Amino acid sequence: MNFWIVLRKELLEQWRTYRLLIVAAVLIAFGLSSPLLAKFTPELLKSIPDIPPGLLELIPEPTLADAVGQYVENMSQFGILLAVLMSMGSVAQEKERGTAAMMLTHPVTRSTFLLAKFSALAVTFTISLSLAALGCWYYTLLLFDALPWGSFLALNGLMLVVFLVYISAVLLCSTLANSQGGAAGLAFGALVLIAGVGSLPRIGEYLPGRLFRWGAELALGGGEAAWPAFWVSLGLIAAFLVTAWLVFRRQEV
Amino acid sequence: MIRVEALHKHYGAVRALDGLDLTVDAGAVFGFLGPNGAGKTTTLRILTGLARPTSGRAAVAGVDLGTDGRTLSRRVGYLPEQPAFYSWMTPGEFLDTLGRLHGISSSERASRVRELLSLVSLSEASKRRIGGFSRGMRQRLGLAAALIHRPEVLLLDEPVSALDPSGRKEVLELIERLSAECTVLMSSHILADVERVCNVVGIINNGRMVIQAPRQELMERYAQPAFEAEGEDPASVQRWAEILQRQPWVTGTNLVGCVLRVTVKDVRLARRELLATAVAQAVALSRYEEVRPSLEDIFLKLVGKEATQ
Repeated sequence: MNFWIVLRKELLEQWRTYRLLIVAAVLIAFGLSSPLLAKFTPELLKSIPDIPPGLLELIPEPTLADAVGQYVENMSQFGILLAVLMSMGSVAQEKERGTAAMMLTHPVTRSTFLLAKFSALAVTFTISLSLAALGCWYYTLLLFDALPWGSFLALNGLMLVVFLVYISAVLLCSTLANSQGGAAGLAFGALVLIAGVGSLPRIGEYLPGRLFRWGAELALGGGEAAWPAFWVSLGLIAAFLVTAWLVFRRQEV
Repeated sequence: MIRVEALHKHYGAVRALDGLDLTVDAGAVFGFLGPNGAGKTTTLRILTGLARPTSGRAAVAGVDLGTDGRTLSRRVGYLPEQPAFYSWMTPGEFLDTLGRLHGISSSERASRVRELLSLVSLSEASKRRIGGFSRGMRQRLGLAAALIHRPEVLLLDEPVSALDPSGRKEVLELIERLSAECTVLMSSHILADVERVCNVVGIINNGRMVIQAPRQELMERYAQPAFEAEGEDPASVQRWAEILQRQPWVTGTNLVGCVLRVTVKDVRLARRELLATAVAQAVALSRYEEVRPSLEDIFLKLVGKEATQ
C-alpha cells in the first residue's frame, strides 16, 4: 500500500524538520507546568507584601480540580494554536515549491497524499499529547493526588479529537490556498470561525469546544456526557478531509 | 506511444494550447521546440496528468489521459523544468522512496539507486541533504527520479537548461543512450541540443504545432544553404551585406557584430560570386566558410513565418 510509504515519508519529515520535537516540547512544557501553576499561584499571591487585610482569606486552597482546569485551559489555547501552525503550510507549501507535482507524477493518489499528511500530524499530536499527559499526571500526583487513569486518558482522547478537528480544517484551508501566505490567512480565519461559533450558547453544546469541558469533568469523576459534540467533531473531521480531497483532485499542481 | 489530438488549454482569455496535434512513435527521441510561452510546458504537464486540458484528447503509453492515473505514472517518467525535492532528504533516500512507490523490491531498489546516482554523477553527494544542492545537481537528480522505474515514456522539460557544458554533454549522451530503452519527448529552446540528440522534431508556436517531421527530412525540406564570413571592419561588412541583399541568388543576410550569415538559393553561383563581391568591396575577411544549415535556421524561418501570418 503506497499510503504507508507516503506516511513513512511524512513521519520522517515531522522528525527531520523538528516539528515533532517542537510540538512535543511545547505540550510537555504545558503538561508539566499546569499542576505547578495550579499549586503555586495561590502561594505566590499570598507572598505579595502589603496584601490588603481580608484578601488572604479569599484566596482558595489549590485543589485537584485547579490542576485539571489549568491543564485543559493551556491545551485548549496552545494545543490548538500549534495544530493550526503545524498544518497550515502542509499542502500549500508543497504546491508552491513543486514537491507535490514531483510526488504526484509517481504512483501517489491525491487522497493518499492528503491522508498521509493528516495521519502524520495526528501521530505527532498523539505522541506529544501522550507525553504531556504523562508529565501532567505525574506532577499532579506529586503536588495533589492521583488522577484516575481511565478518565484522565479519556480527557486527553477528547482533546486529541478537538486538535484533529482543527488539523483537518486547516488542511482544507491549505488545500484551497495556492500559497503559504494564503493558507495562513485562511487557517486563522478558520480558527476564529470555529472558536467563535463554539462560544455561542446553544450551538456551542454541539461543537468541538464542548469536549474540553466534558473531558475536564470526566477527569474529576463527574459531569454530563457530550456525545453530540463528540459525533459532530468526528463528522467535521471527515467532512473537512473529504472536502479537501474533492478540491485537491480538481486542482492543477 | 504519444498521441495528442486537438488539445486546447485556456487560462481565462489566454490560449496556452490552441488545437495541438502531436504524434510520437515508439523509440523516438522527439525534440519539442518552441519559443518561450509557446505551450511546451503546458503540454508536458497535461501529458503527466498534472494539468487538465480544456478540450481535446491525448494518450501516453496506451493510457488515455484522465482515465488511469496510476498506470500512467508507472509508465511515464517526468522531469520538470525546475524539479523540486524535500530539502531534508538525501538523494539516496528520495530515490529509495520513489522506488518503494513503484513497488521495486528492496534488493533491486538498492542497486537501482546506486546505478542511477552513478549515472547522473551524484554518487559522491549521495549522503548529502538535497537542500544544499545546486540547480544543476537538482536537475540531474530529477532525471534519476524520472528514470527510477524504467518508464516506457520519458517526458523531459528543458532537461539541460541548468547544467554546465560538461554536465550538459553527459546528460545529452545519456538521453541518446536512453532511446534504446524508452521513447523520449524533450522540450528545449536550445536548438543545438535538439539537433544533436533528437531524431524527430516538432515545432510549436502559439499553442499549435507548426511542423512535425523527422529531423533529417526537416533539414532537407526547409534548410537553405548558407555561408558565414567574419570580417575585420564592421562598416565594410555592413556595406557588403547591403550589396548582397540586392543579389537575386541571395535569400537573406544576418549580421551579428562582424559575423555575416548569408543564405542562398543557388550554392554553385554563391560559391563563385560571394567572395568576388567581398573583394570588390575590399572587405578584409578573417574567416569564410560554407556552413551546414542548422535547425535554428529552420526554427527561425518557421516561427517567423507564423508570427507574420
